[in-house]
Amino acid sequence: MHRDEIPPGTLYLLILKTLARTGEMHGYEIANSIQRISEDVLQVEEGSLYPALQRMLIKGWVTAKWGTTTGNRRARYYQLTAAGRKQLSVEMSQFERVIGAITRVIEAA
Amino acid sequence: MEWLRELARRFRMLVHRREFDADLEEEMRLHLELRQEEQLQSGMAADEARAAARRRFGNTTYLKEESHFAWGWEWFENFLMDVRYGLRMLRKAPGFSAVAVLTIALGIGATTAIFSVVDGTLLHALPYPEPEQLVSIEDELPGVGARDVGMNEPEWQDLERSGIFEYVSPAWFDENNLTGAPQPTRVRLLIVAPNYFALLGVQPQLGRAFNREDHSPGLLTEVLISDGLWKRSFGGDPHVLEKSVRIDTDLYRIVGVMRPGFDAPGRTAEERNVEIWAATSFYGAPMVDHPPRYRRNLPTAIARLKPGLTIAEAQSRVDALVAALQKEFPVDYPARNAWTVRLVPLKERLVGNVRQSLVLLLGAVGSVLLIGCVNVANLLLARASARGREMAIRQALGAARSRLTRQLLTESVVLSVLGGIAGLAVLFSLKGFLLRILPGNLPRLNEVSISWSVLLFALGASFVAGAIFGLAPALHAGRLDITHALKQEGRGSTGSGQRARTRRALVVTEFALSLVLMIAASLLLQSFRDLLNARLGFNPENVMSVRTRLPEPNDTAIDKYKTAPQEAPFLREVLRRGATLPGVEEAAIGDSASIPLDQSQRELNLIADGQFFFTLEGRDIQSDQPPVAERSRVTPGYFHLLEIPLQRGRLFNELDNEETPAVAVINEAFARTYWPKEDPLGRRFKSTRTGSPWIAVVGVIANARTESLAEGEVPQVYLDLYQTGAKRLAIFLRGHLDAGAIPGEVRQEVESVDPTLPVFDAQTLKETVAASLAARRFSMEMITVFALTALLLASLGIYGVISYIVSERTHEIGIRIALGATRGNILGTVLLQGLQLAIAGAVVGLVGALIVSHLMAGLLYGVRPTDPLTFVGVAILLMGVALLASCLPARRAMRVDPMCALRDA
Repeated sequence: MHRDEIPPGTLYLLILKTLARTGEMHGYEIANSIQRISEDVLQVEEGSLYPALQRMLIKGWVTAKWGTTTGNRRARYYQLTAAGRKQLSVEMSQFERVIGAITRVIEAA
Repeated sequence: MEWLRELARRFRMLVHRREFDADLEEEMRLHLELRQEEQLQSGMAADEARAAARRRFGNTTYLKEESHFAWGWEWFENFLMDVRYGLRMLRKAPGFSAVAVLTIALGIGATTAIFSVVDGTLLHALPYPEPEQLVSIEDELPGVGARDVGMNEPEWQDLERSGIFEYVSPAWFDENNLTGAPQPTRVRLLIVAPNYFALLGVQPQLGRAFNREDHSPGLLTEVLISDGLWKRSFGGDPHVLEKSVRIDTDLYRIVGVMRPGFDAPGRTAEERNVEIWAATSFYGAPMVDHPPRYRRNLPTAIARLKPGLTIAEAQSRVDALVAALQKEFPVDYPARNAWTVRLVPLKERLVGNVRQSLVLLLGAVGSVLLIGCVNVANLLLARASARGREMAIRQALGAARSRLTRQLLTESVVLSVLGGIAGLAVLFSLKGFLLRILPGNLPRLNEVSISWSVLLFALGASFVAGAIFGLAPALHAGRLDITHALKQEGRGSTGSGQRARTRRALVVTEFALSLVLMIAASLLLQSFRDLLNARLGFNPENVMSVRTRLPEPNDTAIDKYKTAPQEAPFLREVLRRGATLPGVEEAAIGDSASIPLDQSQRELNLIADGQFFFTLEGRDIQSDQPPVAERSRVTPGYFHLLEIPLQRGRLFNELDNEETPAVAVINEAFARTYWPKEDPLGRRFKSTRTGSPWIAVVGVIANARTESLAEGEVPQVYLDLYQTGAKRLAIFLRGHLDAGAIPGEVRQEVESVDPTLPVFDAQTLKETVAASLAARRFSMEMITVFALTALLLASLGIYGVISYIVSERTHEIGIRIALGATRGNILGTVLLQGLQLAIAGAVVGLVGALIVSHLMAGLLYGVRPTDPLTFVGVAILLMGVALLASCLPARRAMRVDPMCALRDA
């Protein structure tokens, strides 16, 4: 099965959106969720989630706390903050503007 | 605000960074394990599953680093690493580290010490609220060449009402007798306007200041006293405010005690250590009541500008006021006097005259620091060749050049900061001693301290010094050629050509700086020597002076010494008793202006005693700026006691008294200035004070440097103390005196004549002469110490470079010797190299020295700033030192055994 690299700059958007939908997740769950919902089209290099999450922690978009998984293992759960929610709408509108523009260019041809 | 919170999060990360790294590691591991389990469930083999999980995850090490860097602290962690590494390297080379740290400690310590003086005196604002609004008012009559002539009561009132100033207060420094305490003491008194403390913006610690609105005539009957006087004479009595004191037998009430550490704004210790403040509105007895405007009886004045007014604005308004007054009073202010009133920032007035010396000192000590830096840079460069391989290997392993440069710079700065800390530690422990060697007359001396700004300066200087001496080795490391360096198995000398060039340039700099310092020092030394050897014209050997003072009560009814005839019996009795003291051969009395070269009283004398304005008989001088001379009033024995020879006429004698016509003895300078072609004997002159009698010249004495060591020809006039009387007296004794016993003995004798008189300031004349040179001696000694240090460091530098060159060239020297070069040839070549460096340094240094010596011309005496002998002499001396320093390595080169040299290569 062919998998596409995610467009650059959209990783934050994907993570923010995923967390917004589900509330609380650890890294592995986020990676799985993105893949499942994109029906395995979007391929995230799974490890790159972590630097991105670190940057989002600094920005204050997410917070993290340790909890236990269903399999009773220690995992770090990420949760969206108010700032994160605001950022999500910023990223969404930006994404839509870009996609809209690209679409218009393509359809004009 | 968001960025602040972000910064807080970053900081939390920095503090807990180990925890953060562990968390990250754990969550990544969990991720991999979960993925692996998932793959296993889908039926993969165990190791295949692990590989697949890793593949999907990506490069864990890289990702971990990425996550770590996200927090933006890697520069700091690198820095910490470099610091740790630097400290380890320093520990590994203790000899090198000790020398380098000591050199820097010396440089930073000395520079910081001088800076603390500069900071306390020149840089710090005056310790009063809004100090930039405080000015000194200086009246000048440039048309007749008179400066700082003081003002008078009408002018003060004009300035007060001008709307330019918040307050204006004349200040009149005086000394008085304080009686009532166990022993009569002489106190330093400042007579000011009632607004003085409001003007400065200070409050007493006890009681109150003067009522600043008080404008009643005469002196207020209340005084404020200093904390020192309160503790000394009143034992810190809290009820002192209920007490009255007798100052010059007049009764005053103490209304306030100033804070400890509060000093009057003054240029000298004498002016600063005011003990009593008295207030007056400068009219009504005992003041000269509303004096004419040409009479300038108020010596100094300070003022506070209206808020928001700059000095320039105020000055232009004062100029307009002066112009208007000149129009209004054309007789008092003749146009050719060109009367001007200058507003000088108060701080400038206080410290202006020491700026040149202090800046020179700071420059000198800064040069020593710079030379120290150059030496350390040389050491580092030498070590860099030993570390060439280390650098090459690190670079081969992927270290970026910028990273290596940064690391070496960090090491240098670590070294330098260590040196700075050591220097500060020494400074702190020597603080008391260093403060003692400062000349006591330095303005704002008590404000000199190791303040925060001084610490900041030391830190800054350390960083800059580290950067300076670290730069050359760091840049060289960046330019390293790896292949070349690695190929040179074990030789450890890489990039040597370039490095040697840098080292030579450094040594040339060192020499140039030392030459400048040496020339500055030797010019100052010669000035000092010339001053010491100046023909004094009087003999200070075996002479002591002891001061006393007669009261000047405002209530003339209680004045025992109102007139000269009333005073004469006292003088005669003290002289008679003084002459009987053990060891005394001769005795004389004069006023305080007659003490030769007395600096402590100088300002006071100019104001009160010393300056004598007069008119000459038969010469119609339509000037309100009459001739002026230094005046002393002495008893007949004064000239013989000081061994000032009579040239013509006669000295005073016992026949001159209250009844006979007033007589004067003048010095040759006076005669030459006012009667250049005539015989001065019998000529008459008189004081410009109304009602003064004519004074006839009866004798001419040789010039003596009693006013100033530097000036040999000051017009001086001596009046007969029995005819004139004086309040500030000095008793002179010559003989084989016991300097320890004399003060007590004189006190006893004076007290037995009048028990209310204070006896103070006993000094041998030699001490007085030495004290007059104290400030010069201080700068001269400091500069000399710095110059010698610089010379030592520079010769160490040249020694190091030549040794290095010799060891680099051992192989070549071996070949030369094998090919038949004589030992003399080798010696010559090596010495020549040292000499070349020295000559290059000397050329650069001579240019620098020319500039510096012109800047310090004001500090010189008797020697021209371009004195060729000094310049050539010092240059030759420096080259001699360079040759000497090159000699040791040159001899080593000479003894190279060609067999060994060639075999080892």
